[in-house]
Amino acid sequence: MLQIDAIVPMLCVTLAALASMGAEAFRAKDERMPIGSLGVVGLLGAAASAVLLWDRRTESFGVIVADNFGLFVTIVLAVVGVLTILFSSQVLERDGLPSGEYYALMLFSIVGMIMMATATDLLVIFVALEILSLAVYVLTAIRRDHLPGTEAAFKYFLLGAFSSAFFLYGIAFTYGITGSTRLDAVGSYLSAQSMSGNLLILLAVALLLVGFAFKISAVPFHMWTPDAYEGAPAVVAGFMSTGVKAAAFAAFARVFLSAFEPFKADWGPVVSIVAIATMTLGTVVGVAQSNLKRMLAYSSIAHGGYLLVGLVAANQVGKAAILFYLLAYSVTNLAAFGVISMLGSRENGNDSLRDYAGLWHSRPALAALMTVCLLSLGGLPPTAGFIGKWYIFSAAVSAGYYGLAIVGVLTSVISVFFYLRVVVMMYMADRGGAPAPAPVSGVGIAVLALSTAAIIFLGVLPTPVLDLAAASISTIF
Amino acid sequence: MLTLSWAVPLAGALLLLLVGNADGRRNALVRWLALAVSLATFGVTLALWIGFDSSSAEFQFVERAPWIPAFGIDYYIGIDGISLMLVVLTGFLTPIALLSSWESIDRKVKEFSIFMLALEAAMIGVFVSLDLFLFYVFWDAMLVPMYFLIGIWGYDQRIYAAVKFMLYTMAGSVLMLIAILGLAYMHSEATGSYSFDLMKLYALEIAPETQRWLFLAFTVAFAIKVPLFPFHTWLPDAHVQAPTAGSIILAGVLLKMGTYGLVRFSFPLFPHAAAEFAPWLALLAVIGIVYGALVAMVQPDMKKLVAYSSVSHLGFVVLGISAMNVQGVQGAVYQMLAHGVSTGGLFLVVGMLSDRRHTRLISEFGGLKQAMPRLTAAFLVITLASIGMPALNGFVGEFLTMVGAFLWDPRFVVPAGLGVILSAVYMLWMFQRVYLGEVTHEENATLRDLSPREAASVIPLCAMAILMGVLPAIFLSPMAPAVQRLVNEVQVNSETQDSRLKTQNYARFRVPF
Repeated sequence: MLQIDAIVPMLCVTLAALASMGAEAFRAKDERMPIGSLGVVGLLGAAASAVLLWDRRTESFGVIVADNFGLFVTIVLAVVGVLTILFSSQVLERDGLPSGEYYALMLFSIVGMIMMATATDLLVIFVALEILSLAVYVLTAIRRDHLPGTEAAFKYFLLGAFSSAFFLYGIAFTYGITGSTRLDAVGSYLSAQSMSGNLLILLAVALLLVGFAFKISAVPFHMWTPDAYEGAPAVVAGFMSTGVKAAAFAAFARVFLSAFEPFKADWGPVVSIVAIATMTLGTVVGVAQSNLKRMLAYSSIAHGGYLLVGLVAANQVGKAAILFYLLAYSVTNLAAFGVISMLGSRENGNDSLRDYAGLWHSRPALAALMTVCLLSLGGLPPTAGFIGKWYIFSAAVSAGYYGLAIVGVLTSVISVFFYLRVVVMMYMADRGGAPAPAPVSGVGIAVLALSTAAIIFLGVLPTPVLDLAAASISTIF
Repeated sequence: MLTLSWAVPLAGALLLLLVGNADGRRNALVRWLALAVSLATFGVTLALWIGFDSSSAEFQFVERAPWIPAFGIDYYIGIDGISLMLVVLTGFLTPIALLSSWESIDRKVKEFSIFMLALEAAMIGVFVSLDLFLFYVFWDAMLVPMYFLIGIWGYDQRIYAAVKFMLYTMAGSVLMLIAILGLAYMHSEATGSYSFDLMKLYALEIAPETQRWLFLAFTVAFAIKVPLFPFHTWLPDAHVQAPTAGSIILAGVLLKMGTYGLVRFSFPLFPHAAAEFAPWLALLAVIGIVYGALVAMVQPDMKKLVAYSSVSHLGFVVLGISAMNVQGVQGAVYQMLAHGVSTGGLFLVVGMLSDRRHTRLISEFGGLKQAMPRLTAAFLVITLASIGMPALNGFVGEFLTMVGAFLWDPRFVVPAGLGVILSAVYMLWMFQRVYLGEVTHEENATLRDLSPREAASVIPLCAMAILMGVLPAIFLSPMAPAVQRLVNEVQVNSETQDSRLKTQNYARFRVPF
């Protein structure tokens, strides 16, 4: 019997994307349509179906599995999508962006992300990767008259194409060795045969690693990140830094902790080094940034490093920690980019550090919300970011990786330095003669307040979500 | 009941958040509200003291509820005599700090009050936590309001000072976080479940070499907070740049969090390593005593002088703790309270002078006694208290600490004694230059004496200094059983661990690469 349960979340989002395209195509020229709400409905449908599928572990077509791990990520992605749409609805008109195409692309990329998180076949993961990447390339350059955006999209596209090729090569080698691209088949073949030291398999692992490292912008494959985030509209940058990262990490964890688990001794040290390099470079270079979007780009690189620590630790705690961290980080980072996008205007992004001088005096609520986001990114209690970091580092410590944990906490201190630079600007610097930023709509503030409430809630009462994260990895791996 | 001690100020802060005061029209309301909340908190802490059973060494008012059960993290609070005293000190100093800023803080009064109350909540939380995770949350959460207090309402170099304060203390505390996680993990290795429960972790037997690392991670975090020489460099900046209220809280309570951490965590958790490192700690402490005093002597700025004197005085506390005998620890805790009262008072009065003249340079003053006799009298009492004059609070603490140190290792007492003498030199010399002699600057001749509001803030401190000097037993008796128990446990544990060193299978680090 045809079993399609597992792809229902994706179907919901796909339908919403198609509906958005249709609405855009058939709307009269000056008619205003709430296209974004279609997307919200689709994403809520995806989240609802994910909740209904919970604990049922259904499979479709043998390549998509709706296990709790994938469903947790699906819910995270739905949250990312809803928040992005709500933030976007505040700025699309201001920036004169084509809302139909914008929402359709965003929803299609979410489809790719959900597919990536739930796929159990390397080839399907590759297809998912391409679906999400192509949509995001276009989103980066959605402002066609904006030169930096176009340049960023082109860079992103070229490097992304390379990395996809690496990834595909890795799949080919894997197939050549094991005769399958299904993760379970690859895993059982590799653990049955004594393949240790086999150069071909190491090559395959290395190539796949490069592919993933690019998508999660791990050092040394991070070069595109600051340019892409700076060039893209702020909401899109927020979306890229959370959705793409969440999906890529889900697939990364699934591939490396199931199929290639037998080779942990080989890839573990490499990933450790990458993690250390990523955390260090992300924070150290972040200190030198004067553009807020670039700064958050480096910060998101560093956060990828923390997630890698969880991946290396890879015990039960570590896997659950990745999931919790993804949620905490996504909400926080999206809200931070949301603030940036709301402060911008059509002509000017207002995203350099100086533009935040004295924000406290002109927009106290916005400054306070931004401060909570930044403190959460820096990992200070009582915020989601603190619990996330604590969870990741306790995973590292309980797996014995004291070195990684120490690098992790020390880089967090450095990162606090640059988050504080923004706070200093907002609270302790004078606005000078610059005009106050444009007023922010009530909806925008409400969404931000909601995200901030979520950040504090996750920081004070993390138990329900922690338990959920722990439960969602207990069934697999 | 104990929860109220930190929940009341926090609720007050949240309440203030709801008061609309964008244009500053409700400043008076905000000030009175904040003062009322802080007085209510003080009332709660006093009620705790009244309800406290002074004959027991056990933790009292214990409250416990599961928080993050998957990791054995509980909301677990309780106080013994040592923490009781520090909680009361916090409750006592916060209203005074708020009073001190009544007029000098005139912009963003609402936010200022919110941060002050949030800070109080976090500080009390640090002193009452018996769960290491909870402790760390309060410990780190405390940084944020203090950062804003220094950074927004401070003096010229405030941003530099605020960032330096934040980064310095955070760098220390994140390493402690790793050590805490390591402890919880070793607990799970030993018993099968994670736990951050301090009582269970006290009982954990840890291999000596592992203890060394963990002790260092905890102690560096606390040493930065104390601040122990050579980790003190953030302190003069933070103190000098902070607004008066911030300085009072910083000197009065925040620094005590470091020494409290040594007493509550470093020594009893890692008795073996503590015994090993105690002489080194004591050495740093006496270096700090002498160094702080010498540097204080040459400061042209009164606030900086008081800041360096804190380095010196806190050295006594660390010396007493390192001695780890009853006299030493009692003296150390007493000195914490005494220093809180007297240094809080010094900053308060210096703040009053700075409000009047907008300078803190000693050379700008002179002969103030003529225009402001009452302020001079208050300052004299606090100065004498600070230099350890008998019958005032500083004497009891320093005396007991030195007795403790003498019983342990007399060599440390000599430089410590030198520190006492030096403190008389720099404090009295400052007093002389500022208050006595001829009026050298015309504007000083007409300065206004204590206002009723200022009197209300400084008189309790003077009274407390005298009370603590005359009747130390009131303050010593509640903490005596707790100190006794602490000293016993640390000594017994470190000795039994010594004797079983070869036979026991201890909890250890496991490092895969």
